[in-house]
Amino acid sequence: MAGQGTTTAPQESGREMQARTEPARRRVIGPGLRTFLIFAVLVGLGALIFPSSYFYRVGTLVWINTLAVTGIVVLLGYVGLVSLGHAGFFAIGAYATAILPNYGIPSPLAMLAGVALAGLLALAVGRPILKLSGYYLAIATLGLGMLIWMVLSKEAWLTGGPDGMVVSGMNARNLFKMVGLKLKSAEAWYWVAGFAAAIGAAIAVNLAGSPSGRALRAIHDSDVAARSLGVDVAKAKSRAFVISALYAAVAGALLALANGYITPETGGFMHSVEMVTMAVLGGASSVFGALVGALILTALPQVLTVFADYEHMVLGGIMVLTMIAMRRGLVPFIVDLWNRRKS
Amino acid sequence: MTRQAVAAGVSALALLTGAPALAEIKIGASLAVTGPAAFLGDPEAKTLEMLVEELNANGGINGEEVELVLYDDGADPNKARTFATRLIEEDEVVAVIGGSSTGTTMAMAPLFADYEIPFISLAGAVVIIDPVQEFVFKTPHTDRMACEKIFADITSRGMTKVGLISGTGGFGASMREQCLDVAESSGVEIVADESYGGSDSDMTPQLTNIASTDGIEAIVNPGFGQGPAVVTRNYAQLGLDMPLYQSHGVASDEFIKLAGDAANGIRLPATPLLIPDQLAEDDVQRQPVQDYIAAYEEAYGEKPSTFGGYAYDAFHLLVDAIERAGSTDPVEIRDALEATEELAGVTGVYTFSPEDHMGLDLSAFRILEIEDGGWKPVEE
Repeated sequence: MAGQGTTTAPQESGREMQARTEPARRRVIGPGLRTFLIFAVLVGLGALIFPSSYFYRVGTLVWINTLAVTGIVVLLGYVGLVSLGHAGFFAIGAYATAILPNYGIPSPLAMLAGVALAGLLALAVGRPILKLSGYYLAIATLGLGMLIWMVLSKEAWLTGGPDGMVVSGMNARNLFKMVGLKLKSAEAWYWVAGFAAAIGAAIAVNLAGSPSGRALRAIHDSDVAARSLGVDVAKAKSRAFVISALYAAVAGALLALANGYITPETGGFMHSVEMVTMAVLGGASSVFGALVGALILTALPQVLTVFADYEHMVLGGIMVLTMIAMRRGLVPFIVDLWNRRKS
Repeated sequence: MTRQAVAAGVSALALLTGAPALAEIKIGASLAVTGPAAFLGDPEAKTLEMLVEELNANGGINGEEVELVLYDDGADPNKARTFATRLIEEDEVVAVIGGSSTGTTMAMAPLFADYEIPFISLAGAVVIIDPVQEFVFKTPHTDRMACEKIFADITSRGMTKVGLISGTGGFGASMREQCLDVAESSGVEIVADESYGGSDSDMTPQLTNIASTDGIEAIVNPGFGQGPAVVTRNYAQLGLDMPLYQSHGVASDEFIKLAGDAANGIRLPATPLLIPDQLAEDDVQRQPVQDYIAAYEEAYGEKPSTFGGYAYDAFHLLVDAIERAGSTDPVEIRDALEATEELAGVTGVYTFSPEDHMGLDLSAFRILEIEDGGWKPVEE
């Protein structure tokens, strides 16, 4: 963004420039930072009211899912590409974090390696399959996810096979211990996951406002129009695909560490669908949609255990109703409603 | 003050989602009642519900009522871990039964050491009890034992050269590995090793390969679901004359129905649950097996499965331990559980020790042969 500012007015004196940027300066904090702060407040608010580790545990899952779904928001909400294989990237992050420590690589490095691997795979696979669109892309990504899942469940010597494997290594508790804070491990993971989700959301929001983000949204509306505006469509799509894979992989690595055990189902088809469902339910166009979708689909089943027999019916009903009455998801619907009331 | 009020509100919500706190002894369970492993979790849940009702009707444990808090984890390890946390923290149970699958069990296991709550798993894999974890027990025999039992029967028939045809699912893959592992110590040699996918509809090529291996004397099929039925049918179609062994994974009447006449002559290791009326009068398992079948049939109008039997045993082990401990302190229950001696269940006779948290030996398995569409114990 800074680059753009200087190209429009390279020779302006400092004073004029100040006058010009005045409207921008009135917003003291940028949208990314604002999102980060909102998320941080929500994370803190949760910690304030949670009475037990169980709540922290559910909270941790909500933040981890939010992080993964934020990646889907970038891909689906910004660019309009559907991926049914993102659980694969999620699982790569998770399994790298589980496997590499067995070969003497410390957990944080293993995590980074997993995220990098997921990014590289997305880069390598992205170019050819992103030429497809709509259903064809969905099927191609589904195939990719299935392949990853198959490797994870067949290569038992490496991954423990269908029964899964233990993730040894880092506990978030020790992180806090280093700075003198003694937390239960459920609480520690909650803070780590919440922090990660907040950073992820801030980055995604900043991306949306940046030139690359605007290019992505242009592609969302029309490939051809975007190309005629000089957007390198293939490159932009591939970039969004890689970014969303990185989000999934980070979330996967966090889940592996927080759970201490993973199975190939983390990379399964149903998990991919779950991620897309969260995004669509909450509203795929914004990171708050990711949060709301993740919150509902993670926390609601916990509340619904009282009606265990009707759980699936209620969940299904909510989703069908949301999709019929609020096509763009919950958050955009509520925002629209709010705006209409104001005007 | 406000913080307290909010916390109270949240715990009220938690109460709403939990169950009323009337009962004296709370036992937790997280099972795969729905989802891909529902065939395990459903009979397990039904069994536990039935047993709790029966126990309370008879006066509970040492005069105290028992309450079962049961959650459906859908075989998702992630959910299972959340529910385990919830059982321990919110419901404050004294012990937990569950983990229908190895994945859910292993995801939950570390919590029980942290909170010092005894846990009895209903899943098969060896990793659950080897290495032994202080608070983790399990009731099903391992696939390793199934292999040993099958191999013992093969060698007792004077055969040593075995061909494996395994399913590639969790069950088949794990058992295949265990069979390869114990082959040498059991005195057999694996001369052929084939596999098939879970939804394959024809295993003739693999069987032909095995049959044409030099010196092959018996075929073992570690697998689960419909695969073994297809293998059995193909085996009959090819008219192979070496004996075929199936695993305990298909030890149900359903398998005979699926495989039809081809199933006759097949042998497999199973629990006594399949042959309630053929057990000897002095067999210690005769009573529990017949009790369980009668009660289950009355409650649900269907035959209980082997998997429900695992839950039956877990529940009785737990009740027995609480009675002997004379306390509802989880650590004392655990100590009593570990001291369990010769408790006859439907799966086998359990004797726990600090080194053995499964407590079964090979006698828990009976080798059965299918004859005229029914089960017949093979004399040992």
